Amino acid sequence: MIIPALFCIAALLCLSVAGAFFATTPSGRTIVYGGSLLVSIASLLIALLSIGAAPETVTLPIGLPWTGANFNLDPLAAFFLAVVGLGSAGASLYALGYGRHEHEPQRVLPFYPLFLAGLNLVVLAADAFSFLFAWELMSLASWALVMSHHRESGNAHAGYVYIVMASFSGLVLLLCFGLLAGTTGGYAFSAIRAGHPSSGVAALALLLALIGAGSKAGVVPLHVWLPLAHPAAPSHVSALMSGVMTKVAVYGFIRIAFDLVGAPTWWSAVIVLAVGGITAVLGVLYALMEHDLKRLLAYHTVENIGIIFIGLGLALAFAANQLPAAAALALTAALFHVFNHSVFKSLLFFGSGAVLTATGERDMDHLGGLIHRMPKTALTFLIGCMAISALPPLNGFVSEWLTFQAILLHPDLPQWGLKIMIPADGALLALSAALAAACFVKAFGVTFLGRPRTRAAGQAREVDRFSLYAMFGFAALCLLAGIFPGVMIDLLGPVTQALTGTHLPTQLGLEWLSIVPIASARSSYNGLLLFVFVAGSASITALVIHRYASRSVRRAPAWDCGFPDPRPITQYTGASFAQPIRRVFGTVVFRAHEIVTMPPPGDIGPARIEKHLSDLIWDGIYAPIADVVWRLSLALNALQFLTIRRYLTFVFAALVILLLVLALWQ
Amino acid sequence: MIQDLLVQGTQMALVLLLAPLLTGLVRKVKARLQRRRGPSLIQPYRDLNRLLGKEVVLSENASWLFRTAPYVIFAVTWVAAALVPTFATGLLFSWSGDLIAITALLGSARFVQALAAMDIGTSFGGIGASREVMIASLAEPAMLMIVLSVALIAGSTQLSTIADYMASSAAGLRMSLALGLVAFIVVALAENARIPVDNPATHLELTMVHEAMVLEYSGRHLAMIELAASLKLLLYVSVIACIFFPFGFGGGYAIGLLCYLVKLGVAGVLLGVFEMSIAKMRVFRVPNFLGAALMLSLLGVLLLFVSGGM
Repeated sequence: MIIPALFCIAALLCLSVAGAFFATTPSGRTIVYGGSLLVSIASLLIALLSIGAAPETVTLPIGLPWTGANFNLDPLAAFFLAVVGLGSAGASLYALGYGRHEHEPQRVLPFYPLFLAGLNLVVLAADAFSFLFAWELMSLASWALVMSHHRESGNAHAGYVYIVMASFSGLVLLLCFGLLAGTTGGYAFSAIRAGHPSSGVAALALLLALIGAGSKAGVVPLHVWLPLAHPAAPSHVSALMSGVMTKVAVYGFIRIAFDLVGAPTWWSAVIVLAVGGITAVLGVLYALMEHDLKRLLAYHTVENIGIIFIGLGLALAFAANQLPAAAALALTAALFHVFNHSVFKSLLFFGSGAVLTATGERDMDHLGGLIHRMPKTALTFLIGCMAISALPPLNGFVSEWLTFQAILLHPDLPQWGLKIMIPADGALLALSAALAAACFVKAFGVTFLGRPRTRAAGQAREVDRFSLYAMFGFAALCLLAGIFPGVMIDLLGPVTQALTGTHLPTQLGLEWLSIVPIASARSSYNGLLLFVFVAGSASITALVIHRYASRSVRRAPAWDCGFPDPRPITQYTGASFAQPIRRVFGTVVFRAHEIVTMPPPGDIGPARIEKHLSDLIWDGIYAPIADVVWRLSLALNALQFLTIRRYLTFVFAALVILLLVLALWQ
Repeated sequence: MIQDLLVQGTQMALVLLLAPLLTGLVRKVKARLQRRRGPSLIQPYRDLNRLLGKEVVLSENASWLFRTAPYVIFAVTWVAAALVPTFATGLLFSWSGDLIAITALLGSARFVQALAAMDIGTSFGGIGASREVMIASLAEPAMLMIVLSVALIAGSTQLSTIADYMASSAAGLRMSLALGLVAFIVVALAENARIPVDNPATHLELTMVHEAMVLEYSGRHLAMIELAASLKLLLYVSVIACIFFPFGFGGGYAIGLLCYLVKLGVAGVLLGVFEMSIAKMRVFRVPNFLGAALMLSLLGVLLLFVSGGM
């Protein structure tokens, strides 16, 4: 099935050319997005068919002359191809309607299919050269999309930070592959796998993969580009970047860490676990401080990447200690969360795009009351919020539950570092789950509930049907994956079999469709029954009460302890909602402080409260680096204005020095 | 099969019937300690009955979410309570959700309740919701850490298995369990909006949390929410009884039921005495209180390794 998958990529490249030609015509949007939708569905079907099949490879005579371009479709690649296909199908469907509001389609349409092609190519690539080529194609195409509204304030800065971080990530991965290829220089993955790097090289390569792929995925402290770049792009592209591109980065890490470097060492698992735990908690705390809806969602992606990396770290820890069953459980949890996050984060970005279309606002402090004006969007957004907050019976809970089950297996590990690290990670995971719920009560409550805070919010209209189809489709997936998790776990069986040597017991044949990861006496979960029980008892209770007790309703002004204030400004805003949490966690993490200015008695001027937050990661790491680069470039500025004679002297000197070095080397 | 179904059904009916009684008992104890006679034990039932018959006064801009939330909150809490072994272990459907799932189900109820509080767009709703999520952001991790330490001891997250293990001689006395119990009680006080975290008897106070969230509810909606709150209290007492005091599960249903009633009675009296002997905390001291619970529970997990086989 790999040849059809490559044809899908070729079709996307053709669509990209077509997009360049037809961008300004009225049918351009339909051609590009409709075509991308069909191709994505085709590639999703191919991926689903080949997930359980034997791996296939193909070598095309392009790329490096002595390796060619290798492509590979094994279960891991097939799973991620499915995630990419599903995410891009949803985004294309959404864009059929959403793209109508694009003012400059020529800046979006040619790059959109190119971006999709890049995402697919990374997953299929089976040598270092094609992998890095596809990686950079993905970065550059998405950079062009981020810059599509480059005149809006902040977007140019976002694009700049993004391109710098993307280059950094590419560079680190280049080093990683160079290290893995070793002196023999076999760049094909099969050659790397056969090379069996020494344990020191393997651990170093794994750390480089964590930095390189991690910065693309958004692990703290390499996440800084993500909350800038994801919101700057058009919403369907934001959904792809947050929901799919970060997953492709996770794929890169899994491919290197679990497949290429061979047996892991336990202390590299400790590093991955620490990074995952810190990323999860810091990501959600940053998200809680935001009042821009799309930035909040982008920061929240950082949190979910942390959860995925916790799962991956657990899998590495168990694999390093020859506990394949536990490793399979942890890896299943991580991959399940990859799928879940791609679904609900896309859904939430679609929702924020719908809000943006309807009101022109991204700042939730200017929104409110949208549940009345946009009931369908509100319903799907609510389902997305509940799913991402890990609430049963939706899908986010299942993957976090599986991660907890994997955490519970850690007493089997012999190393003390892991024995201490893993419960600490469990606490961080629980903390991030609880904070995520707080974050999405805020996101939904401030945006969709209450009374409209501006005229634009009060006059919002429901969005077009294509956007609604996409949102309802993904909301249904959140519910289905939550109540039939066994299907998903069984689908992941071949992937964990290939990477850890074993897989979880088959779930589909179990009574009542429960899931039992280890043994039924140990733990089991049944989302379907819980859903049926809750839905059943809620509707029966409502029916009985309406039938036998009372059903009358009287509308009246809000009670509000007897002092209702009709002005919408008296409602809680995003900032005031987060204030208690800011006081509890923010004083440490953000050095948050408030300055209250009270007018003296007798003065009727307003009292003011100002909050100050500082981003310690930006101030502590990035600002000093930028400062050094700035000083260096100022110092080197003099070189820009020399005569041709001097330049020739420099060239000559450089040549002599290089030759000398070479001579000494010999 | 039929018998199992019957036991499960009895359990669901039992928690529903006993929940208001427990609330009434706590109120009665508190009133007696204040040298008041207090309302009778069955007053909560009368309140519920009266509320159910009244019409609902709905705020003008309430959405469908506000109207469906009470039923969802009630149903979620009821299902969670039905999964906890009260008078017998091995309930028919207890495997459909373990202790983690029960915690998360209560999280769902809280999520919906906080959203419903923000639906009207009053500042009291906002204050309640934002404080509730702040409290939950500390109480939930503490709860999960307790679950972790209990599950590591018993080798399972299923409540039935845990109860059977704890009742057996293998469990013994452990430091981790003692720390877990203290932390669990702190979490239970916070989650049920009891003193010192929140005052269930308060109204029209800037310190209220739970009551601020349900301020706009009336009639049958309020009845559902009150019943859900009683159920939640009963649930926490049942979980504590089931994990830390697992007596009376082995000897038939009658003995189990009797033991359960005794446990509930003792818990109700203790809660009443505790609430009367302590003052309510300032809201921003609550994080220290809950942070202590979180640290205790984490310490409990770490002690499991340090103490080895203990």
